[in-house]
Amino acid sequence: MIRSIHFWLLPMLIVFLAVYGTIGWNFIISLTDFQGITLPAYEVSNFDLEMYTQLIEDSTFWRALRNTVILMVLFPLACLSVGIFLAIIVDQKIRFENTFRIIYLLPFSLSFVVTAKFWLWMYNPEIGVINSILGYFGLDFLALNWLAPEYRLWAVMIALVWQFSGYAMIIYLAGLRRIPTTQYEAAKSDGANSLTVYLRIIIPQLRASTVSAAIVLIVFTLKAFDFLYAMFRSFPGPTADILATMMYREAFESANWAYGATIAMVLFLLALVIVVPYLYTEYRRGAL
Amino acid sequence: MSPEADTRHVLERFQEWRQRIDKRRAGLYIGLAVLAFVYLLPFEAGIMTALKSQSGYLTSSPLAPPLDSFTLGPWTEAWSALSGSFMNSLGFAVPAAILSAVLGSIAAHGLTNIDWKYQNLLFLLFVAGIFLPYQSVLVPLTRFWNAVDLHAILANLGPINVWTLPYMRDHYATILELIFTHTAYGIPIATLLFRSFYQELSTEMVEAARIDGATPTSVYTNIILPLSKPIFIVVFIYQFTSIWNGLLISLIVAGVGPAAPITVEVNKLAIAGEIPTYNTMMAGAFITAIPTLLIYIFFGDRFAQGVRGYG
Repeated sequence: MIRSIHFWLLPMLIVFLAVYGTIGWNFIISLTDFQGITLPAYEVSNFDLEMYTQLIEDSTFWRALRNTVILMVLFPLACLSVGIFLAIIVDQKIRFENTFRIIYLLPFSLSFVVTAKFWLWMYNPEIGVINSILGYFGLDFLALNWLAPEYRLWAVMIALVWQFSGYAMIIYLAGLRRIPTTQYEAAKSDGANSLTVYLRIIIPQLRASTVSAAIVLIVFTLKAFDFLYAMFRSFPGPTADILATMMYREAFESANWAYGATIAMVLFLLALVIVVPYLYTEYRRGAL
Repeated sequence: MSPEADTRHVLERFQEWRQRIDKRRAGLYIGLAVLAFVYLLPFEAGIMTALKSQSGYLTSSPLAPPLDSFTLGPWTEAWSALSGSFMNSLGFAVPAAILSAVLGSIAAHGLTNIDWKYQNLLFLLFVAGIFLPYQSVLVPLTRFWNAVDLHAILANLGPINVWTLPYMRDHYATILELIFTHTAYGIPIATLLFRSFYQELSTEMVEAARIDGATPTSVYTNIILPLSKPIFIVVFIYQFTSIWNGLLISLIVAGVGPAAPITVEVNKLAIAGEIPTYNTMMAGAFITAIPTLLIYIFFGDRFAQGVRGYG
């Protein structure tokens, strides 16, 4: 007899219906032709992969997929690099360590929406913060139109690194503090300089921190819709369009429900490809 | 002390001090300070701009304090545009955070002390829900709340129509939908945070109680729950912050109508490509951020604890 069933049964039912049941439902919708204001017809005889073939032929989809993948790869990399750098300099037994840590993590407490508003003001080409500062130092030639189509994806990435690098720092700091200090000292007494100590001894031991932070950051990228919507509404233009914004447009602005559900399946599969191997190894390792 | 000895003393102290802060140390602190400046820059520019009149921010540097153009006008303007949605957001974020924490706690307890072969696997399926891209449930979610008319259900539930009662507004039905939706999608992360806390609790007490014949329920109410206060705070803070900050689900469930959350309404103040009034927009951004900033300032450690538990 399972003695704890009355504890997990209700939460389990909710989670299974809200997550797995709903994804299944979404998949079924993606097999229909559901659009407009008519109710979807769930007739098995009418199920087909028409929406998927339509998707493969849609150049908007491929552009959005490309931008999504760029963001998924480069944003976590940038965030982790900045985060590990912050963690290392904060971990030097400095004074006011708490203050610095609080400052670097501060943006992470903000909403994507608020970050977008801040950076709209940072990036404003005429009177915005960045270009004013550049002008002050006589560096006007660097003052670009940051939100112009050709820089847009990079501008988005910089703002997101500002917001999330503090998170990576916190994860790395926890990892650094787990490494016994005798290791630093042993390495230093061997005459290794601190850069070598970090590259050869410390950073390889942060693998677990890196993996878990990377997974979370990649998943955040899949949710970056909030940020793009708050900056550009649902159409950030072809150079910064991602699957999340495309899905919203198709389903909720054009009422192409089945097509939107199909894009959503691609997003779901992307998440699956990343998360399943991670969770599987964690599970096998007994870490869950 | 002779003046000579005095000078020597000061010089010695100075030498000591110089040795203590060598050049690398100084470089480190300069680096830390420059980075702190960069991280605070958007906040600083935002506050300064929100305190300036329109002509003020158009003509002065974004970092300069408001001197002759000081005004609180942007704040009152932004507040009058956002106050309703601010209350809406509070109205669903607080109950949903509490509910998902409670459900997460009981689920975590049920899944911590293993008495069944597949319990770990079940927990794995809970955790996988954390990583769900919301897009993949949005269309069915809309269908669901279309089919389940909460407003009508509540109207016919009791002997009297609840919507005719004083102080009841029709859009509270949508707020309820938001509460249910956010609770459901908050359970996985809440369960994860509670479970890692419960695993670290001393198992001795729990084992002893079990040997004495205590049921899981009495273990929970007598031992686990009284020890759970700190983790409840962590989870509540985490959930409240992410529900308050979230846009997508709230946008889909509530839309731009009377139940719209603040993260939706604040977008009406400006987006790229339109000509915004930056002072009002920045004031609106701060108003949107106030609850989470306050939590961060007063409960920073707990916030960081929740963040670490996520990874």
